[in-house]
Formats: sequence, structure tokens, C-alpha cells
Amino acid sequence: MTFFFEVLINGLLVGIMYSLVALGFALIYKASDVFNMAQGAMSLFAGLALVGFLYQYMHLPLWLSLLCTMGVMTIWAYVIVYVILRPLVARPPLMLFMATFGVMYLMEGIGQSIYGTQAKGLNIGIPDKTFEVGGILLSSFDLTFAFVAAVLVVGLVWFFQKTRTGRALRAVSDDHEAALSVGIPLLKAWVVTWIIAGLVAVVAGVAWGTRLGVQFSLGYIAFKALPVLIIGGIDSIPGAIIAGLVVGAGENLAEVFIGPYIGGGIQTFFPYLIALLVLYFKPYGLFGKEIIERV
Amino acid sequence: MFYRECGVYKDSYARDMAIFPIPLDRYGFIVMLILSLVVIPWTASEYWLSNIMIPFYCFSISVIGLNILAGYAGQISIGHAAFMAVGAYSALILYGRFGIPLLLSILGGGIVSGFVGIVFGLPSLRIKGFYLAIATLASQFIIQWVIVHWKWFSGGVFGTVETPDMHIFGWLLDTPVEKYYLALGWLIILAVCAKNLVRGQLGRNWQAIRDVDYAAEIIGINLYRDKLIAFAVATFYAGIAGALITFCYYGAANIEEFHVMVSFALIGMIIIGGMGTILGSFLGAGFFVLLPLFINRFMGIFMEVVASEIRSNMESIIFGGLIVFFLIVEPYGMARLWHTIKDKLRLWPFPY
Repeated sequence: MTFFFEVLINGLLVGIMYSLVALGFALIYKASDVFNMAQGAMSLFAGLALVGFLYQYMHLPLWLSLLCTMGVMTIWAYVIVYVILRPLVARPPLMLFMATFGVMYLMEGIGQSIYGTQAKGLNIGIPDKTFEVGGILLSSFDLTFAFVAAVLVVGLVWFFQKTRTGRALRAVSDDHEAALSVGIPLLKAWVVTWIIAGLVAVVAGVAWGTRLGVQFSLGYIAFKALPVLIIGGIDSIPGAIIAGLVVGAGENLAEVFIGPYIGGGIQTFFPYLIALLVLYFKPYGLFGKEIIERV
Repeated sequence: MFYRECGVYKDSYARDMAIFPIPLDRYGFIVMLILSLVVIPWTASEYWLSNIMIPFYCFSISVIGLNILAGYAGQISIGHAAFMAVGAYSALILYGRFGIPLLLSILGGGIVSGFVGIVFGLPSLRIKGFYLAIATLASQFIIQWVIVHWKWFSGGVFGTVETPDMHIFGWLLDTPVEKYYLALGWLIILAVCAKNLVRGQLGRNWQAIRDVDYAAEIIGINLYRDKLIAFAVATFYAGIAGALITFCYYGAANIEEFHVMVSFALIGMIIIGGMGTILGSFLGAGFFVLLPLFINRFMGIFMEVVASEIRSNMESIIFGGLIVFFLIVEPYGMARLWHTIKDKLRLWPFPY
């Protein structure tokens, strides 16, 4: 039984990270109707930039590097919104979706041109020790990042629900034109959302980059968050959080308890299987807004 | 001046329904056929045949399939490369293990892939848009996992299966020219089928579904059936393309060749080539295959040896930049550029 809880809790800790990445998707989707395929590439770029500031090109202290990385992601947010999205404002969402494919390729190409393609280690000084609580083995690194992610998630929810900017963003997400007509600057609101997505990307990039090394496959963490997103419903913040925890726990449990029978490594697709099942019964996810169409 | 519609009289049904009603188009098409059937195989070097033309043809088939699904029927799929893998592995198993004739094996690869495609297309009945996109991404990961982990399919450790020698009616296919003809033959048959499919009732239905699906349902289109047919056709094309590219180009089925990045690249190809046109499928695939070559030539001006790292980075920058460029400037891709050129040619050299 302790083993079960150990697997469960470690899964939940990973799940919080999934929630965070999924939240990055959900925020942009809510604010601009863009399903951002570049979220994974943004994490990769953030990780690469951080390594660049820390060891590769400069030797800045950690806090300054993080700040500079955030600055780089802010520049990206401006470029994406003003150069790429502005001409596409009134186009169908599918076009915007495909434009983010372009952004993904651009980010990967530019990032790897500047910082090189080889895998780089990243260590920001968070100890990775395992310790035992009530017979359950936990990693301090996982705990730290789960904590950071949880703080970010709470912060983002608060930001969206309570602050003036957050309210403006929600207005934009409800109806672009109505928001424009009451005087909310659409493009600025988008920039804010993309900066937040950049922030999420930095945290995700650091967390996964430390564990897996900063390399091309870091972009794939987005694939972990996508099923989370559709289980929760693309436009739902609580959905992203709950689904993240469910997927994190579910895939870890499945890997340990079902995996050995059908041949291991099922983490890559198990979340998608859950997602397909959920979609079959709830086409807009568990908490997503149902779209009712009329002719 | 040179490209005119006038003087073209559609005085029979056959003429009215012709794919190329305008003589110049027809001549152009015949010239292209002669080029690809006669001139290229006998003049191009072995490198061009086996490293440029064969992958170009195979990717064209796959992109035509994706274009039918995404461009015509409006059901975006980001797991298309996985169906190429299904086609590749099933064709190899049919040919290598069961000894079924080569052409039938390739066809079988397509059919198996089509059935798998129907299964993964089932969610499209209830969901659409981004939800569907992610559901198709699920097919990518599930198929990849099944192929790698179920030894019956992949045999090897990393899902690598060597292709056996290829025989058609006892004739050994081993030179690039023969493989070229194999790929070209399939491409011509499938492209003609696709062109006629999208011109017919089914294609009209697909376009109606793409434009406004509930309106399409109200005017009596069977969404259930037509969406599934779109999935089946698209994945059938992907399967054949996967089988061909494995037999003629890679020489071994390897799951890494059908990675999710390939699915993304296929989407990039339909955007750059032109959504909802068959011509665009060729242009997009051709562009994708030729891009590394262009970069090599271009960068070769500045440096002695172009590192593969630089090339792949430049590739993704140019590819991404062009996706964005085309979406902003010309959402219907290179195919629309071709139309613009034709419009200009109609008057040229006179101003009006």
C-alpha cells in the first residue's frame, strides 16, 4: 500500500508540472483563440537561453539569468503578436493554429542556431535528494518544482480572476470585437498573455531541462500537456489543474501497475488514451465550454 | 495573350467535365508527363533519382492524402506520419513474411492503414477543431508505441525492419530507375484518383463539411459517412506513401522516420503548397524535398563544407518563416501563386 501511495504522490508531483504547461496553452487559448503549438518550443528556447546566460556565452548569476531569459521571452511575445498575429486578426482560428506551427519551427531553428544542438546540462542549485516521509520516497527536486508550479498556478488564477488586467484578458477571450469596442487594447492584451505563456515556458524549461538536459526533445513536453488540456477542456483553468493531476497520477500508476503486462513505456501514450475516452463521452472535455452552433 | 480561355467550346458533357478544359493546361500536363516518364529517368543522375525524385513522389502521395483530409474535408490531422508507418510496416509484413506480391503488398499497406485511420477517425464524429487535432495526435503516439513495443510488428529492437529484395513478376527491382518508375506509377494513379474524387459528389460534400458542417448536415450530407471516408482515403494515401518510401527510399522501416515531427512537416507542406488543391500537394512536397538542397547550394557560397547542424537549423527557420509568410500573405499557398501567374499571363504583355 505504501508503494501505491509513493507512485501516486510522485505522479501527482509530476502532474502539477503538466498542469502548469497546460495552463500556458489554456491562457493563450482563452485570450486569443490560438491553440499554441509552439508552447513546447518556447520551453526549449527558454531552457537554451538560460543555459546561454548561465554558462555558455555569459556567466551571469542565476537571478539575473532568469530575468534575462524572461526578457528574451518577452521580446518573443512582442514579435509573435505584432509581426505574426496582427495580420491574422480576423482569420479563422485554424489559420492562427497553423501559424503557431511556423512559430514552432522558427523558435527551434533560431534557438539551435544560436545555442547549438548538443544536449546541455542545467543545474540551478536545487538539491536533488531523496528522503522518506511515512515510508514514501520523495525527491526534494520534484517537491520544489511542484511547489513553484503550484504557486504559479494559484498566482495565475488569482491574476485572471481578480486583477484589472486579468479581467481585460477575460473580456478579450469572450469576444474580441466587444472587448475592442469597450476600449481594451487587443494587441496589448495578447502580448500580456504571450508573456505569461513565456513565463510558464521558462519554469517548465528549467524544471524539465534540469531533469532531462536542455536539448531538442525538451520541445516534446508540450505533448505531455496536450492530453491534459483536452481532458480538462481547452478553455478551462480549473480543468487544466485537475486534469494535470489526474494524468500525472494516472500515467504513473498505469506505468507501474499495468505497464509490465503489456510491455513498458506506456507513459508516452496513456494520457492520450484517457483523453480519447473522455472526448468520446464529453466532446468539450470535463470543464470546457460547450459550443452551441446555430444555423 | 498566351493563356486564353476564349475559343474553348464546351459542346459535349465530356468536354464540360474535363480536368483541363483549356488547351494550354492540357499541353502543359502532357509535357509534365513526358518529362517525368521519359526525360527525367534517362537524364537525371542516380543521386537525383533516388534522393530527390523518389522521396518527392512519396511525400506527394502522403500530402495529397492529408490535403484531402485537412484541405478538402477540413478535418485537421497531426498524426499523419503514423499512418505512413502503419502502411510501411504492414506492407513489409505482407511482402516479407507472407510472400504476397509486391504491388498487392503496397496496396495492402494502404488498406490496413485506411482501416486504422477509420478507427482513429471515429472521434471526429463528435469533436472538431482543436479537440480533433489533439485526438489525431493521440493516434501518432499510440501507433508509435504499438509498433515499437509489440515485437510481432517491428521484429527488431528499435522497430527497424530491413526491406527484402523487391520482385515484380520475377523481375528484380534494384536500380534507382526501376524504383523511380514504381513510385511514379503509384503517384500518377493516386493523383488522378484524388483529382477525380475531389471533383465529384464526395469532394463537394467534403468541401461543404469543411465550410460549415452543420449547414452541410442540414442540406442532407451524411457527415458520419463522409468524414469517415475522408479519414479512410487520407490514411490510405498515407499508408501507400509510407510503404513506397520504405521500399524505394529508406530501404528499411524505422519508426524514427515516421516521427511526430514528420507529421508536423506534412502540415507545413500543405500550408506552403496550398490547402484544398491537388497541385498544392505537389508544390509543397517538392519544396520540402528541395529545401535542404537549396540551402546547401546557397550556404556553399559562403563556406566550404556546410555542417548538417547549420543546414537543419536553416531548414527549420526557412520552413517556419515560410509557413507564417504564406498564412499572412497568401493563405492558399503556392498553388494560388500559380493561379495568379496564370491570370497575369492571360493579358500579358498587354496592360488590359
